[in-house]
Order: sequence, then C-alpha cells, then structure tokens
Amino acid sequence: MAGTGKAHMRPDGDRVLVVEDLTVEFNLGKNKVVKAVSGVSFDLVRGETLAIVGESGCGKSTLGKAVLQLPKPTNGSVNFLSKELTKMSKSELRDMRPAMQMIFQDPVSSLDPRQPVSAVLAEPLQVWNKGSQVEIDQKIDELLTAVNLDPAVVRDRRSYEFSGGQCQRISIARALALDPTMIICDEPVSALDVSVQAQILNLLQDMKDRYGLTLVFISHDLAVVKTISTRVMVMYLGKVCEVATPDELYTNTKHHYTKALVGSVPIPDPDRPITGNLIQGEPPSPMNPPSGCRFRTRCPQASDKCAQEEPELREVSLGHFVACHHPVD
Amino acid sequence: MSPLLKLEDLNVSFATPRGDLRAVKNVNIELNQGESLGVVGESGSGKTVLSRATMGLLPSTATRTGKILYKGEDISQLPRDEVRQLWGTGMAMIFQDPMTALNPVRRIGTQLTESLTVRLGMNKKDAREKAIELMKRVRIPDPEGMLKKFPYQLSGGMRQRIMIAIAVSCDPEMLFADEPTTALDVTVQAQVLELLTELRKEFNMGMILVTHDLGVVAGHTDKIAVMYAGDVVEYAPTRQLFNNMKMPYTEALLKSIPRLETPTGTRLPVIEGRLPDPTKNEPGCSFANRCPYATDKCRTETPPLTDGGNQHFYRCWFPIGGGK
Repeated sequence: MAGTGKAHMRPDGDRVLVVEDLTVEFNLGKNKVVKAVSGVSFDLVRGETLAIVGESGCGKSTLGKAVLQLPKPTNGSVNFLSKELTKMSKSELRDMRPAMQMIFQDPVSSLDPRQPVSAVLAEPLQVWNKGSQVEIDQKIDELLTAVNLDPAVVRDRRSYEFSGGQCQRISIARALALDPTMIICDEPVSALDVSVQAQILNLLQDMKDRYGLTLVFISHDLAVVKTISTRVMVMYLGKVCEVATPDELYTNTKHHYTKALVGSVPIPDPDRPITGNLIQGEPPSPMNPPSGCRFRTRCPQASDKCAQEEPELREVSLGHFVACHHPVD
Repeated sequence: MSPLLKLEDLNVSFATPRGDLRAVKNVNIELNQGESLGVVGESGSGKTVLSRATMGLLPSTATRTGKILYKGEDISQLPRDEVRQLWGTGMAMIFQDPMTALNPVRRIGTQLTESLTVRLGMNKKDAREKAIELMKRVRIPDPEGMLKKFPYQLSGGMRQRIMIAIAVSCDPEMLFADEPTTALDVTVQAQVLELLTELRKEFNMGMILVTHDLGVVAGHTDKIAVMYAGDVVEYAPTRQLFNNMKMPYTEALLKSIPRLETPTGTRLPVIEGRLPDPTKNEPGCSFANRCPYATDKCRTETPPLTDGGNQHFYRCWFPIGGGK
C-alpha cells in the first residue's frame, strides 16, 4: 500500500481544502527522524465528510493537526479557502483560525475543569469580539440548545460534573461558536460508550446539515465512519492506501490493509466471531519504514515488486482509488 | 461438582455525601471451569465494580454483602490476607488501560518475574526462563530483548500482551478481563480477543470479560450478563441471548452499534436519556424512563428476575416476543 499520487484529487470540485504532498517529520536528534506523514495529498469538497482511517501511529492525527498548522508541516502545501496556509505568518494564520476548528478525542481533558460551561463557550466569542455580553449570552444558549443540552441546567456547571458524552457535546458547541467552515474531528467518539457514541455521531450529522459544515472525521474504526462519511481515506504508516465512498470501500475492498481493517470490526453476532488472523503483528517503526510499499511486511500478497517500487494511487473504478500492485480481486 | 465461581445476592454500595450509592444489586451469576462470561453494560452500570468486588479489590468506602463462592467456598468473609493468597494463582485480572497498569519506572522483565518469584517461589533464573516462555505464548516478538525494556517503549497492544502474560503467569483458575481491548485499535483488539480465548481453552480457565460492546462478547463468550444500573437485567447463554433477546435495554444496546452494513447517512438508533441516579432508590424498573415500551406498571413496580426457560433470565414486565 501506502503509496503517493494524486489520482484521487478533484480539481473541478468546489474545494474547501486542498492538501498536496504533505510531509510531517519529527527530528529526534542523533539523525533519527520519525516520518509521521509522507507525501499525503487529499482534497475536501464543500459539504462532504472525509473520514481518515487507520491504526494508531499511521499518522492520521498528525495529518489532521498539520492541516491546521499545529505544528506546520515539514513540506507540502495546505490550501484552505484558496489561501496557502503554510506560507502564512502567525497573525495571518490567526485570522484563518475561526474558520477551521477541531474536536479532540478526550472530551473531559479538552475542557478547562475550572471554567463553567458558559465561560468555555464565551471565550472564543470574546476573543473575536463577537458582540456585546448580551449577544454572547444569547449565542451560548443557542449553541447549547443546538447540541441538545439545556442551557438553564448546564451553563454554570463545570466539566467534571458531566459525563463523557455531555463533555463531547460541549466541545462540539465550542467548535461551532465561531461559525467555522471546516471542523476536524480527531477520534471524537473513541472514548465513549457505544450507546453514547451513536448519539454523538447523530449530533455531528445534524450539526453538519444545520450549519453547512465540511468535516474531517479521524477514526480507527471503519464501522463508526460508515454512517457519517461521504468519502473514506485509509492510511497506513504515513501513506494513503485506498480512497473510496464508504459503500464502495466496504463492498468492494481493494487494498489488503483495508480488508484486514474491515475484517477486524467486531460483529454483534455469535455466529460470526472476529478473528485476529487477518493481519498479524503491528506496524513497523515510522523511523525506518519499509522500502517500496510500506504495508508489504504484513501483507499476505507481498512480492519483490512491492519491496522495490512504491505503488501509486490509481483509479480502479469510478471514484475508487487504490495504491497497491496486487489489489484484492 | 460446584461451579468455579458463584455469586449469591451480591450487593455493593458506596457511602457518599448524597447517601448510599448502590452500585451492584442482588447479583446472582455462575461460572464453570473453562467457561467465558461476558458482563456488558454502559459506564456506570456496575460491571467493573462487580468484578472488583469478586476479587476483593474494593475501596474502604464500599460495603459488600452476599456470598462469593469460589470452588464452593465462601470467600467474602475471609480476611484480606487469605483473599490475597488467591490472587495470581486463583483469580487474576487484566485492567482496561495498559498504559497505566504497568509500573513506568520498572523494566518489563522485573514486572513479569515478580509474581513468579513471590507467588511461586521460583529462583531468578527459572523465573526469567518462564517469563520468556510466557511472552512467546502471548506472541511477543523478541522476548529476550523485551525483558530489558520499559513500558513507555511499547505500543498499547504490546503492553496489553504483557499484562495478559503477567495475569496468566501463575496459572490462575479464573481471569477477569476488565475492558481489555477498549483502549486498543480494532486490528489489535481482534488479536487480543483471540489470544484470550486461546489461553482460556489451553489453561481451562474461567473468564469474565467485562465490556460495553456487545460486538466484543458475541464471538468470545459462552454466556452473557447484561447489567443496567447495578442490576443484571438479562442473563443467558450467548446464542440464546442474541437469537431471542428479551430485554428492551439489550435490544437498544445492540441497535446502537454502528455496523459495516449500515447504509451511509443512516441515523443510528440511540438510547435517549441517562442512567437513573444511583443514590436514589425509586420503585419501578430502572430502565423505564428510557424504555420505548414502558407502561405505568414499569414505573411503579420493580420487575423480578424472571426465568424464561433455556437458562434465560430477564428483568422485564413486557419482554420482547412475550414471556415464556
């Protein structure tokens, strides 16, 4: 897998975000470099939800943060609303921030435990001078109502008084406060129970429809992204494996890594036990990734060609792209 | 022959400023040698407290009543020293977070051999060999190199494998796995679940698998106890439970799981509302305020645990598909 290439880009679309050849490397000193993201390209068309899926360490969170320039990527370009973010000064970048927001994985630790909810939500509005105190108060009530919390009850409480699901609702309200164009959701439901997870997924979908948002949804679970995404990008060790619509990706899986991910999803049916036989072991170190296709060390179909030549993303059917020399039949 | 573990009317409550919090209420379950029981429920359902109470790992604010019969002997009244003798060799536990369960300043080798030298009285050399053998058993690559490593050098999946190796090191009769895969990726989760099932069969251990995900227990347990607000609300052999679900809560839990087959853009069915306040002891079914089928009877009268035949028990006045 794990190739480069831009076959999946859509230059004709109404694109909110265009990321090209993005590379993020962390220098550990002593000539050690972690290659977290290695030449990833993707674009976001207005109103879509792109899911970025992969195991821990595949670079999906780093990619999400690099788009927001947190920190700036080592190489490559990030073009958001037709403006190049990587070349911007700090103050220019700051002016862009309200339009691009983030929701984090751990809902409890991403809220200040000493601030009441009203202060958490007021802060972005005050920083950006979004009206008088009365207007800000109205906006807070509107945001809390939008995420299905009762403003009268929650306004004066602090984060520790809430469950994980409620904290995630508050985080979503905070991300919505400045009317963003794009929200990057980094594993927003991984820390939640299945029953609460469903509530938050539905809420994100509602907020997207209501506020016309464009979402990036980062997750390690293919089943979770199935209901919410319009396009899925599978990553492995800093590279892109496969890009397709969720229906196409799951019914017509082409990449061996995606196949393993699909096969690992626990199915609530005792007659279909999940097995760990699909791929063994764990990803190699991103400090010293394998040559050629980065997935070859765990791939059942790996050949000599995979070690020598890095596969490029190519279109196998309409809107379905895979970076593999020997795709699944 | 008496079962490996039998809980009789187990109750656990915690003294809090707002009154007694009843975390586990009158739980009766049974586990045989080599069997696997899934305990399923949301956060706050009492599933973790149940396993900790059985092991004798509750804080001093907790009050526990009822019997814990381990191989026919009630261990609930034993002094702590004697219960401690059971840890490792009788009952062992794997915790949810492999990041914090290992000591960050001690090498893996030290942590793995500790129970072997203390509990089994092995000398250092034998313990080291046994540790390497255990690591091979849980499929850790390069076990000898691993002995010298510190936990921060390992991935979550590897740490959980080390935790499992430590837990099975003294050949326990039963294993508590408290959300062993919740912190792991799906691919690693699949590997770890399979490893646990394999070890259980090989050592003929009883296993209690605690999780919030019905998908996790479906393929890896013989029977399932669904918990809600401290009660066991449904208790049945795994196939029976999935094929003939009686409790509306279990059904709601199952429906809220996103599946690969779910069409894109579908709204997932959710369980509206929250768990009832555990410090209030109100009459009626604890799930009534969130149940789509609830009637006035459900809100006023507490349903008993009903025997539906086929070892299927449920706590509902109006079970799905009718009663027996």
